[in-house]
Amino acid sequence: MFGYEFYVDPSRCIGCRSCLQACEECDTHRGKSMINFDFIEREESIRSAAYVCWHCDEPTCAQVCPADAIKKGEDGIVHSSLKPRCIACNNCVLACPFGIPKMMIPEQQMMKCDMCYDRTSIGKRPMCATVCPSQALSYVRPEEIASRREKPTNIFYFGSQKITTKVYMMAPAEREAIALDVVDYMWEENHELVAARD
Amino acid sequence: MNWLRRGTSEPLWKEEFSVRTADERYVTRRQLTKFLVLTSLGMFVGNIWILIRSLFYKTPVYPQQPVAELGEIPIGGVKLFSYPTKDDHCIMIRTAEDEYVSYSQKCTHLSCAVYYSQAENRLECPCHQGFFSIKDGTVLQGPPSRPLPRIVLETRGEQLVAIEVKG
Repeated sequence: MFGYEFYVDPSRCIGCRSCLQACEECDTHRGKSMINFDFIEREESIRSAAYVCWHCDEPTCAQVCPADAIKKGEDGIVHSSLKPRCIACNNCVLACPFGIPKMMIPEQQMMKCDMCYDRTSIGKRPMCATVCPSQALSYVRPEEIASRREKPTNIFYFGSQKITTKVYMMAPAEREAIALDVVDYMWEENHELVAARD
Repeated sequence: MNWLRRGTSEPLWKEEFSVRTADERYVTRRQLTKFLVLTSLGMFVGNIWILIRSLFYKTPVYPQQPVAELGEIPIGGVKLFSYPTKDDHCIMIRTAEDEYVSYSQKCTHLSCAVYYSQAENRLECPCHQGFFSIKDGTVLQGPPSRPLPRIVLETRGEQLVAIEVKG
């Protein structure tokens, strides 16, 4: 809306967890971080990845919601579940290919990253992007991101499911899309990115 | 209800409970309540307006207009005239030697012109078979719900003068 886009680059993540702290500061979910933070192959490496909701064009979480509680707004933001509707059934948590939705057991409600809607809807940057020291999470204009070596992509393949998203992932320049062989991951071997089809 | 929908292969529930807020057609309880409150507020204001108008209502002053000579029409005969303005068409019937009745010619249903049926001795509207009594203009049959407005006639010497519209 204001010409900014969200770019996630896990290769820049230094694991400082500033984004988790900053996210907790948000008034709509104070004390609860909506950032998804993972260590990658922790036995062998110190790599980490912090990422936010990708805000899919066809959000799987909302499509599987039996209570019609998850809504995608006109500006493309997929919001947390509506409190009066959410029945805490965990469908969205299980269905999301990125593993974004978080079930808040005390509240009996699913909550997720809404890209700091109270901030981004008035042109401010999300909390996480303002604090990230390495710009692994950055909320900038597309021309600013074009100077990076990696290329942003918002096309993902999970097996046969193609997902296009609002948030961009920084990928190697030669890749058009990011494809994951889900079955391969289930065997916990050879976690390789597979080349994107078409 | 399929003919109402845009051409799509999606199931109906996906359209009605769309993931996108922009396409949502679901009416929430709160929206319906707002609608009901606003509608009844509108009704209330409208009724107050009608009340105020009726308080300031003035009975119109009718002109006195000679419409016919005595004996101008035969018994069972009819004369058409306009009263109180040129656009209000009226019908006058001589029912007896010295008995004249007059009504507005506009049917109270959908404003067709009524005519006098001598055979049935009643006023008939040809549009939807609405029949009116010749005695007092009340509805005998058909869709009209109100009687025909009556023109009050007065005999002044040799002249019949319309002085008022009643009803």
